[in-house]
Amino acid sequence: MDMKVAKKLGLKERYTMMTRDLAWDTTYQPMDKVFPQVTYEGIKIHDWDKWEDPFRLTMDAYWKYQAEKERKLYAILDAFNQNNGHLSVTDARYINVLKLFLGSTPPLELMAGRGFSMVGRQMVGAGPRVACMMQAVDEYRHCQTQIHSISNYNKFYSGLSEFAHQQSRMWYLADGKSFFDDAITAGPFEFMVAIGFAFEYVLTNILFVPFISGAAYNGDMAAMTVGFSAQSDEARHMTLGLECIKFMLEQDPDNLPIVQRWIDKWTWRGTRKLASVGMMMDYMLPKRIMSFKEAWEIYFEENGGALFKDLARYGVTVPKCFPQTIEEKEHITHQSWIGFYMKPDAMSFHTWSPSPEELDWLSEKYPNTFDKYYRPVYEHWAKMEKAGKRFNNKTQPMNCQVCVTTVKYNEPGDPMTTCFRESIYKGEKYHFCSDHCKEIFEHEPEKYIQTFITSHQVLQGKCEPEGVDTDAPDFKPGSHMMEYWRLDPDVQGDFNGSLDQKNFAAWRELATKN
Amino acid sequence: MSITALGPYEFKSRDAVENYKGKQLMYVNWEKHRMFSRPFVIAVEPSLKFSELIEKFVTPAYEFHPDFAQIDWSKVVWQNSNTPFTPQLDKSLAENGVGHKDLIRFTTPGLDGLNGIGY
Repeated sequence: MDMKVAKKLGLKERYTMMTRDLAWDTTYQPMDKVFPQVTYEGIKIHDWDKWEDPFRLTMDAYWKYQAEKERKLYAILDAFNQNNGHLSVTDARYINVLKLFLGSTPPLELMAGRGFSMVGRQMVGAGPRVACMMQAVDEYRHCQTQIHSISNYNKFYSGLSEFAHQQSRMWYLADGKSFFDDAITAGPFEFMVAIGFAFEYVLTNILFVPFISGAAYNGDMAAMTVGFSAQSDEARHMTLGLECIKFMLEQDPDNLPIVQRWIDKWTWRGTRKLASVGMMMDYMLPKRIMSFKEAWEIYFEENGGALFKDLARYGVTVPKCFPQTIEEKEHITHQSWIGFYMKPDAMSFHTWSPSPEELDWLSEKYPNTFDKYYRPVYEHWAKMEKAGKRFNNKTQPMNCQVCVTTVKYNEPGDPMTTCFRESIYKGEKYHFCSDHCKEIFEHEPEKYIQTFITSHQVLQGKCEPEGVDTDAPDFKPGSHMMEYWRLDPDVQGDFNGSLDQKNFAAWRELATKN
Repeated sequence: MSITALGPYEFKSRDAVENYKGKQLMYVNWEKHRMFSRPFVIAVEPSLKFSELIEKFVTPAYEFHPDFAQIDWSKVVWQNSNTPFTPQLDKSLAENGVGHKDLIRFTTPGLDGLNGIGY
């Protein structure tokens, strides 16, 4: 008897069977009742089958690739940990980059994972649903590998253990939380523009250059490997975001103004979120790769500019905030470090005055602004520090109602004046850091009047550890912030004189001498 | 514009004045002294005297700056957001027209921060 051997499936057939063939139209309930989210934002889709899948990746192949990546990653992480790799970083100051970046990022990855899980359920077409599912798994993986990467540092250094608790409580983590909360509470298409396009495509490079290259440059093999492992997924994420933009624009001309408004909004929100990343590049890495300004020019102005040129054929224009970001690249990292330096008792990482050599580096990188506006501040502070009066601003900040960052940026064209904008909605006043945030608010005031602003909530008595009687006559809001934040006393204060500094020096001594 | 949503969408402001137990929020900013990074926020009773605002809140917040000791308070220019006003020091915030979430900005003529660069 002749064996009839089935022909091996080609890549394309296999892809079709493993993705599109798995989808079906509902019959017990009408499709629009099962998928109500895809229409209410106003985006018109006529043919879901027109969605192109640039990767043609099926789930079984996905597991195979990802498992391989994980094996490599954990082999390096284990080796790093077993060899006390933490002592090979350039300087103990570097660990504060991990405290800030890895302390804030895993919960955001988790939110991205949740968001893509939701969008995967909400989208109609099988192509985007499969792609969203894979991206969701990627994001959960990133969350997990980042936590594993910090766990080794957590054995030796302060300020890393309570990142999950602090995520929704700590004032300076609020901007990232607000970014993802805003995206996940929008509809599926806006979420795709927010995370898939603006964040992953337009801004991710700015995030990865300082983080991965910064880690590599400063001898942190562990964080570097985690970063590279995640970045290999990013290429897929970027393509998904861009594909979604093109798909919406090709489906109906009415989609253009909606998509453009989302591009404007989310590029701006992402830009605000990245100010602290820029600060990491300019102030926190003991060995610097490039200035934030240089990174902005290459990755945003040049690469981003080229992308928008490419999208011009669909009628898309460069985000409205483009010119303002170009002006601000000279200022925002300095304004951010000033804002962080002055709160030594209220953060899970240390700050410090830049050394004279570091000031010179900043002068060289920022010839138009640094010596004029910022050097005098740092020199004054260093002088005060020597006199035993390190600056400690004990007041609570004013925050933007939309991006939730502290209102610290300058009026466009006037670096000496703080930029204030406000709007009145139903008789109540709301404040913003910029025209762009004001515009976002005025488009959807019903959403942003609910913003959780940490300093305001403290004053309402809502940020207290368990057991505090907020109705007691002598209750003083905000008097238990350290317990509320679960802030490790060892991570408070300037880096100079910190336990991290002493331990690192002592352990390195042990590792290199008898 | 109004929000696009799948169903009825009505929520209260999280910072409505009734959430502050008789107090109100206010923000204070010393113009051209950006060393303090951003304005500060406080919750205070509307009956607080303007002079007390200066003494109890403005002074401890800003006295770290070398310019602070040199302020001639009779020459200070006050604004509520962008609108100039002349506060009556012995009168309350309410009597001076300072309401919930108002931003009080003050400029000290001749004192523009370290080296006169706004910081």
